[in-house]
Amino acid sequence: MLIYILRRLGFAFITCIFISVLTFAIIRLPPGDFVDAYIANLAASGSSISIDQAEAMRRAYGLDQSIFVQYWSWMVRVLQGDFGVSMMWRRPVTEVIGDRLWLTMVVSLAALFLTWIIALPIGIYSAVRQYSIGDYIFTMLGFIGLAIPNFLLALILMYFGFRYLGLNVGGLFSAEYVQAPWSLGRAWDLAKHLPLPAAVLAIAGTAQLIRIMRANLLDELRKPYVVTARAKGLTERRAILKYPVRAALNPFASSVAYLFPYLVSGSIIVSLVLGLPTVGPLLLQALVAQDMFLAGAIVMMLGVMTVVGTLISDLLLMWIDPRIRLEGR
Amino acid sequence: MSVTVANDPPVTAPEVRFAQATQLQLTWWRFRRHKLALASLVLVVLFYLVAIFADFLAANDPHATDARRSFIPPQGIHLFDEGGFNPHVYGLKGVRDMRTFKLSYTPDASRKLPVRLFVRGYDYDLLGFIPTSIHLFGIDDAGPGEGVFLFGTDQLGRDLYSRMMVATRVSLSIGLAGVTLSLFLGVLLGGISGLYGGWVDTLIQRLIELLRSVPTIPLWMGLAAALPNTWSVTQVYFAITLIISLIGWTDLARVVRGRFLALREEDFVIAAELAGASQGRIIFRHMLPSFASHVIAATTLALPAMIISETSLSFLGLGLRPPAVSWGILLQDAQNIQVLSGAPWLLLAAVPVTVVILAFNFLGDGLRDAADPYG
Repeated sequence: MLIYILRRLGFAFITCIFISVLTFAIIRLPPGDFVDAYIANLAASGSSISIDQAEAMRRAYGLDQSIFVQYWSWMVRVLQGDFGVSMMWRRPVTEVIGDRLWLTMVVSLAALFLTWIIALPIGIYSAVRQYSIGDYIFTMLGFIGLAIPNFLLALILMYFGFRYLGLNVGGLFSAEYVQAPWSLGRAWDLAKHLPLPAAVLAIAGTAQLIRIMRANLLDELRKPYVVTARAKGLTERRAILKYPVRAALNPFASSVAYLFPYLVSGSIIVSLVLGLPTVGPLLLQALVAQDMFLAGAIVMMLGVMTVVGTLISDLLLMWIDPRIRLEGR
Repeated sequence: MSVTVANDPPVTAPEVRFAQATQLQLTWWRFRRHKLALASLVLVVLFYLVAIFADFLAANDPHATDARRSFIPPQGIHLFDEGGFNPHVYGLKGVRDMRTFKLSYTPDASRKLPVRLFVRGYDYDLLGFIPTSIHLFGIDDAGPGEGVFLFGTDQLGRDLYSRMMVATRVSLSIGLAGVTLSLFLGVLLGGISGLYGGWVDTLIQRLIELLRSVPTIPLWMGLAAALPNTWSVTQVYFAITLIISLIGWTDLARVVRGRFLALREEDFVIAAELAGASQGRIIFRHMLPSFASHVIAATTLALPAMIISETSLSFLGLGLRPPAVSWGILLQDAQNIQVLSGAPWLLLAAVPVTVVILAFNFLGDGLRDAADPYG
């Protein structure tokens, strides 16, 4: 079991390094370096710096050294919590991002829980009442949920909300709380705004999860132990919920590992449509303005947080399911 | 010459047909039973036909802008006129709002523009090499600002219907190109992984897990934004294809590896090995035919993801760049609620996206079930 945890930790660590290399590549990919961009930025605002000063800046940022040295020094600074300065905002990147990162996680986690809450009962229903009208309806809805990209769904919901209900469904806070410091009132306001974006994000994942749950439970229901349970006179509810559902839950929980990155990923684009104060809109702005330190920091933080989230879900899964604990691969 | 033993049940014609059928025929028979998958196949073929004959189907030049016809609502074609069959649309007349002094164009019922089949419009190359100017339908001798706008126009006065036709070509082909590249990577890496096993397998499996544990959209956005501004539309097109397929190959690699692992233990493969067949012969002659259908099904199921990726990136303004037209680029116009509340028809571009993705999902499901005709 300890070996399993260590393996997971090691893998998470490697993934983080992989993400950091990718992030560094993204930062370095545009032609020219940070100083070039800085000079262009200065020129746009009417001032300039001399070639000597530019060289001094390059030395100060270590841009005259090899790419590996640069990566290393960048990594060291990142580990110290220094992601550099955003050119667009002229402020440290961490300050610009602020609590947007946490809001991204809140939205993604809310979507994850919603996915579970919806998919579990529907999955059970669809399996127990296979080929019933309800099963067909849910299967159909599931397919449609899979087929509509979530940003489109957000657009359509926003249009209908505006057209027929006359309200702006975007945002995570009411106007009076947007700039307010954290308080109970603000948290409650957030909770009230959360369901819609969470539901938009959750739909595709829910559709998938229902199908998985249905298939797994169908497999379990055909096993002899269920017949035994019924023969022994267990109530139908008990015979289904107590054993087959529990056995079918395992892949259900392990699906978090891919569902979570998917939700984080989706939250970026949905945030843009719904105007949520997550890192999504910030990332797009940064990328369009070629503010690569900011963009890199966001990609890196999102990646690392996803890895941590997946790791936690893996450990939880191990705690829930003895089969994984004992597998010890 | 056949000798029937009295005790045997007589062999009926359908049974003979079944026994003599090739694997392809069996697959097709099984696939045919899925009515939804069959309908989806027809739909997908239709969509690709639209992609091939996009310019022929377009009624107006998809790139022609005209400030006078900005945000025209969808026009219905009136089929009958004064008792006779005479399809026509109404002309447009400028009306000045006396409160805001804004000039807007509204249908003018007094001016009827006849819609005809096979009319001459803008020049294009049919199938890419036959220069022509004949379009399926349109208005003969259309004056400036006149035309059939089935789905209305956008802010710059471009015909949404025609743009959707042309966008179909770009969106579907980028999906196809991306999936081809993914297929190549997936079959190559999945094959190596399943065939050799050992540390190569472990390495590739870890790489797949790694790619799957990273949120893709931020990554794509970063990579796509790093493409130089100076690149041409075609260069960007190929770069985007490359970017989306770099992530998309993992599912295919898993399917291929799984099949390789399963087949390696099969009796017929071991028999071929013992008979001294070369590895290449075993793979291509014995193994490939039995998992080709699985790979085709997995590829079909991978296509919608590719199309969604391209649409999302272009929607964000990081994918293809105008003047290229794709579904994502069309939806970009519908991004904010101000525009949308005034011109809701811009959302029509969402319909083909949804329909195609749904069709590919059903088709892939049907193919997956049919892939194993003996099952």
